Amino acid sequence: MSTSLLIVQTLNGLQLGVLLFLIAAGLTLVFGVMDFINLAHGVQYMLGAYLAVMFYGYTGNFLFALVLALGASLAFGLLLEFAVFRHLYDRDHLDQVIATFGIILFLNQGVKLAWGAAPLSLPIPEIFSGSVVLMPGILYPVWRLVIIGSGLAVALILYLLVSRTRVGMLVRAGATNAAMVSALGVDIRRLFMVVFGFGTMLAGFAGIMIAPILSVEPGMGDTILILAFVVIVIGGIGSIRGAFLAALIIGLVDTLGRSFAVDILRTFMAPSPARTVGPALASMLIYLLMALVLYFRPAGLFPTKGR
Amino acid sequence: MTDPVLRVENLAKNFGGLRVTDDVTLDVLPGELHAVIGPNGAGKTTLINQISGLLSPDAGRILFGGEDVTRLAMHARAGRGLARSFQITSILPRFSVLENVALAVHARSGTSFRFLGRVATEEALNAPAMAALAQVGLGSRAGVPAGELSHGEKRALELAIALAMEPKLLLLDEPMAGTGRDETERLIAALRSLKGRFPMVLVEHDMDAVFALADRISVLIYGKILASGTPAQVRADPAVVTAYLGEELE
Amino acid sequence: MADIATASPARRARLAGNALPLAIFLVFAVVPLFAGFRGEAYVLGLVTRVMIFAIAALALDLLVGYGALVSFGHAAFIGLGAYAVGILGAHGISDMLIALPVALVVSALFAFATGIVCLRTKGVYFIMITLAFGQMAYFTASSLAPYGGDDGLTIRMRSTLAGFQIFHSDRALYYVSLLALLGAYLLCRSLVASRFGRVYRGTRENPLRLATIGFEVYRYQLVAYVIAGALGGLSGFLLANAAEFVSPAYMSWQRSGELLIMVIFGGMGTLNGAIIGAAAFLLLEEWLSGITEHWKVIFGPLLVLVAVFAPGGLLGVWARLRRIGRD
Repeated sequence: MSTSLLIVQTLNGLQLGVLLFLIAAGLTLVFGVMDFINLAHGVQYMLGAYLAVMFYGYTGNFLFALVLALGASLAFGLLLEFAVFRHLYDRDHLDQVIATFGIILFLNQGVKLAWGAAPLSLPIPEIFSGSVVLMPGILYPVWRLVIIGSGLAVALILYLLVSRTRVGMLVRAGATNAAMVSALGVDIRRLFMVVFGFGTMLAGFAGIMIAPILSVEPGMGDTILILAFVVIVIGGIGSIRGAFLAALIIGLVDTLGRSFAVDILRTFMAPSPARTVGPALASMLIYLLMALVLYFRPAGLFPTKGR
Repeated sequence: MTDPVLRVENLAKNFGGLRVTDDVTLDVLPGELHAVIGPNGAGKTTLINQISGLLSPDAGRILFGGEDVTRLAMHARAGRGLARSFQITSILPRFSVLENVALAVHARSGTSFRFLGRVATEEALNAPAMAALAQVGLGSRAGVPAGELSHGEKRALELAIALAMEPKLLLLDEPMAGTGRDETERLIAALRSLKGRFPMVLVEHDMDAVFALADRISVLIYGKILASGTPAQVRADPAVVTAYLGEELE
Repeated sequence: MADIATASPARRARLAGNALPLAIFLVFAVVPLFAGFRGEAYVLGLVTRVMIFAIAALALDLLVGYGALVSFGHAAFIGLGAYAVGILGAHGISDMLIALPVALVVSALFAFATGIVCLRTKGVYFIMITLAFGQMAYFTASSLAPYGGDDGLTIRMRSTLAGFQIFHSDRALYYVSLLALLGAYLLCRSLVASRFGRVYRGTRENPLRLATIGFEVYRYQLVAYVIAGALGGLSGFLLANAAEFVSPAYMSWQRSGELLIMVIFGGMGTLNGAIIGAAAFLLLEEWLSGITEHWKVIFGPLLVLVAVFAPGGLLGVWARLRRIGRD
């Protein structure tokens, strides 16, 4: 277990955490304000990646692709909201699960139809390609630092928006008691649309940013969706602060866990069982963490709804 | 002096910085109807919630039948005969009126971990349930889904459910909340016919009902018991008159 | 008196619907007689699968439809039952007198252990934690290298009964599965109508009320959860025999999602709906995938339409049509 590996993996964990936050933020807001379980949030992330690849193909420029893909993500998200989700706000969570599950099936297959099943890729923009020397002996890809940086910047913007603006205040109020906000005369439909649109853009943004380093393929949103749900459950539904903290924790625990599980187990176990148990334990780590948190705090770390 | 069925000692509860229950001590004697009155926000429902076990007090004791039940779970207190009705109607809307009450009978009669046999046709449960319904005047509505009852009928159902538990103490949290004239009269009559069978704690705003039914009255203001005694004593207590009853009595 | 006492709509539907389950089981009973037309092995295999998943769907309906316990990890029980067969088989034990009880006990124990934790939560937290446990089961199975790990485990011999190769023919397996389904169905129906069932159904309506009457809600939910888990294990036992193969994919969250869909599709809270939903889902999947490999593009929006316009599932649509026909 070398320190350079530890540092690199910690940074990787932060990067995963930041990515998870971008996705979880939209998820927790939509859930908190509109009480809507959106399983389709994962495919919105995937769509962001695909759109980025497509627009890059047209423009040859990452920045243009980014902007266009963000716009298209937003448009698509609003279309989904208008066509499907709007009808399900008052419904049982179960109906929402079924509907959004159907959208996952549809889009996972849809991208296969549109772009084929083979994984696609997007080149990292020139200026950000390559690695930088953080410390003697530690080389780290610049693009991953860009992801961390932009994720933190988004988190800051989100924080300012939610705590300093009027819309943000309405969102926070809505997360605690949507009916009350509506009764106070706020156009709740408009608020929902804003929240939803924003969440969609965040997910799309995450997809766009990760596209250069992951392969863009059907189903890429599924695993990250589950992780994002674990994040918002641990963080507390409706809480951006909770999502941020939980995302970083999960990102670090998952990445460091996978890298060092076998080594840690080897300190008190024989190498062979350690190598079998290690990866399994590493995959389960975040679920164990979630179970633990829920055991002591059945509503997450920062529950927004009143006790 | 007979042993009280319920004794609340120095009960205290804070919500944040607010003292909702402030050093409350009262007791309920066998067979008496003890009313608790006070303005809105005085902490009456919170007091009932602590006695029934929905809330845990921060300090003090609750003795039921001589046993310290302060830390006992809600369902366990119910199992010992502590029944309550809710201020905001709490029934099973999709179950029939009869089923709602039969459930309460069921809780006191034998095991519920029976997996065979149709419960709906069990006379042993239905008969006492019908009897309880008859007591509150809902006998004719037995087959109706409880959610379809009128507001007043639902309040009566709340009472029937509590009755079916054969309670050793009945906590009534504003049973007449929102009921019309006729239904209020019916509930008062039902409660009067039950007086003496078991002790009751009645939280109410309707002063006519309170003075018609209560053996003793405790006045709760800002979480503290201001006065406690017979209706006549409470009526005459100058502190109570100024703080609360003043306008109502006129 | 019985009719007055059981006025709630779900109950009414079931009383009238005695004809429906009769019809369903009759159809299942005669399928093998007509199977020869389409290729016996294919039809028998397909409908056996339907019945096996119907058992799991029944169990899930018990949780979701009657107790409002939305479990997103139900597939784990199927997997546990299946792996019981697989692992015992790998060690040379094929007798179902051992394998079946093991499958049931393991599933029930898992349900008990996880139920204790899960039932402390509610709403979406419950959904998530059941998902978490399902994932844990999935990852554990994936890491079992001696038993195939990710690739799964082939089962060389179907379960025997005291030495007799009773599942040698697909027909035999078919009829045993049918009996198992019938048994599971009758068990669930009896459960729901029993003393236990009334309290348990009440936990969905108003758990606070039940507590103040004197019922410990947690206990009833846990019992139901364990029973549902055991039924899932039964389903898994049969599935391993039918497929002669077991893999971690049996326990994936997508599978748990599909089980939920089956329950909703048919109409939750009716038991009949669970069977119909399982049949509809699997048959539709089979039919559509025969038409195009991109069948999910059709199936996905179909689910959306069902969720938005037909929350009562197929039975709900049927009931509405009958009402329209009457007026």
